[in-house]
Amino acid sequence: MNNSQKWIAFSTIVRREIHRFLRIWPQTLVPPIITIVLYFVIFGRLIGSRIGEMSELPYIQFVAPGLIMMSVITNSYSNVVSSFYGSKFQRNIEELLVSPTPNWIILLGYVVGGMSRGLGVGAMVTLLSLYFADFSLHSLPITIGIVLMTSLMFSLAGLINAIFAGSFDDISIIPTFVLTPLIYLGGVFYSTDMLGDFWGSVSLINPILYMVNAFRYGMVGITDINVAWSFIMVGLFSVVLFGVALRLLEKGSRLRS
Amino acid sequence: MKQQSEPALAISQLSKTYEGGFQALKSIDLNVAPGDFFALLGPNGAGKSTTIGIICSLVRKTSGSVRVFGHDIDQDFSTAKQFVGVVPQEFNFNQFEKPIDILVNQAGYYGIPSKVAYERAEKYLKQLALWDKRDTPSRTLSGGMKRRLMIARALIHEPRLLVLDEPTAGVDIELRRSMWEFLQEINRQGTTIILTTHYLEEAESLCRNIAIIDHGQIVKNTSIRELLKQLNKETFVLDTREALDSCPEVEGYPLTMVDDHSLEVAIDKSQSVNKLFAALTEQGIHVLSMRNKSNRLEELFFDLVEKNLQENDHE
Repeated sequence: MNNSQKWIAFSTIVRREIHRFLRIWPQTLVPPIITIVLYFVIFGRLIGSRIGEMSELPYIQFVAPGLIMMSVITNSYSNVVSSFYGSKFQRNIEELLVSPTPNWIILLGYVVGGMSRGLGVGAMVTLLSLYFADFSLHSLPITIGIVLMTSLMFSLAGLINAIFAGSFDDISIIPTFVLTPLIYLGGVFYSTDMLGDFWGSVSLINPILYMVNAFRYGMVGITDINVAWSFIMVGLFSVVLFGVALRLLEKGSRLRS
Repeated sequence: MKQQSEPALAISQLSKTYEGGFQALKSIDLNVAPGDFFALLGPNGAGKSTTIGIICSLVRKTSGSVRVFGHDIDQDFSTAKQFVGVVPQEFNFNQFEKPIDILVNQAGYYGIPSKVAYERAEKYLKQLALWDKRDTPSRTLSGGMKRRLMIARALIHEPRLLVLDEPTAGVDIELRRSMWEFLQEINRQGTTIILTTHYLEEAESLCRNIAIIDHGQIVKNTSIRELLKQLNKETFVLDTREALDSCPEVEGYPLTMVDDHSLEVAIDKSQSVNKLFAALTEQGIHVLSMRNKSNRLEELFFDLVEKNLQENDHE
């Protein structure tokens, strides 16, 4: 395949992925919006007004960046894991496997599809958050940079989950038992200063803490940890996950008998 | 050009052992000439689908090589894959997508621009009588339509080698005949076709050359004409005008009674059928019609598979 053909193959996968989540928008776009609005209403308005300030910010301003990041993470991950596993289940992944499309194009196509949904939902949630809280953007490059890298990283993780998955249960285990706890313990709703030295240190092994804090820094200028570390961590994770996902596709693990 | 002088398919010492130790292919060699209409026959589990899976890279081979028009599927996979179109046995498209989208997306995976893809999708959907269903969710199509959709999808990048794994399984007779005509037409236009089938009549009607595979080995690889020449004995069923009380006896012709109006007889190629008719007429029995008990190829197929089974048992 020449470069022009590779581009056509890549854009076909991306277009098909975007078309998929738009076609089933009541399942893919509406639930995360409703969930996040409920978070804003309950944690931001109702409970948040009684909490007062967190890290010298009104609670709703503190929690909003975390909620946006939460929607980016869960939607990037779930789009790729469900789409790729669905293709395995229906065996239409074979349409790609018999074609001359290189594995790295297949990987990028699915990942960009996942990022499209993650960032699309993130953008909608950001617009909604403006109704509940006032923001003055602290750093656009940091905000955009960290949200892009986070979306990339979780799309890659979703693909790896889908490759290993042998049933629909397997694609819900990681989001339920790993992703959700990491998000809730990743500094979305509280500052790690509140945890004390020991639990604050334990929190540092949670990669989502770095992403949420870097994003919060980009939006409101407040962070519990070094932002440069956040970029290094997310970058390293993404490179490793990309390598693992590509290797699995090259080997044909769980895809070719 | 390389691909014009090379076989459409050249398989050399191909072996496949699945995890768990099952040896599906035992060092098979197979050549298919460009433009051929080739049948790959074998009982269930013989290795047909494994062979096809390796050709289209859905199954990883253990050893050996596969070349498509001279291009190795490992070293030159991109070009090799451009030459192959595959119609699998099971439905493997997204049941929620529309036929037009399935075809255009498949074209995209081969790097075909969308304008060309839409033109080809229209051409093949019309040829396979699916154009009216182009915007219908594919899960609502009938079994025959789904099978034709997979043929259209396999042709969208206009491959020079089309591989079909039991394409007419579960398809009614009328549709099967129309699919045969379609396949014969694209073969006449130059596409090499390899097909596996359980319908031996299908292989006899469509194909020029044949390989019979059993227990992961090629037990016969020849032309259908040559194969049929090896048929020494055929079994016929004779329908009689008169009701029969008992089985008539004719020297040299082992007759058996099927029911009171039909007889069965196995006749060597060297024997005359006229003598049998004359002898029966002398006994006051008039034959109204005569037909082969089974498909001629089927008899050979069972002979070869049986022979291979006995050889394997002796090993």
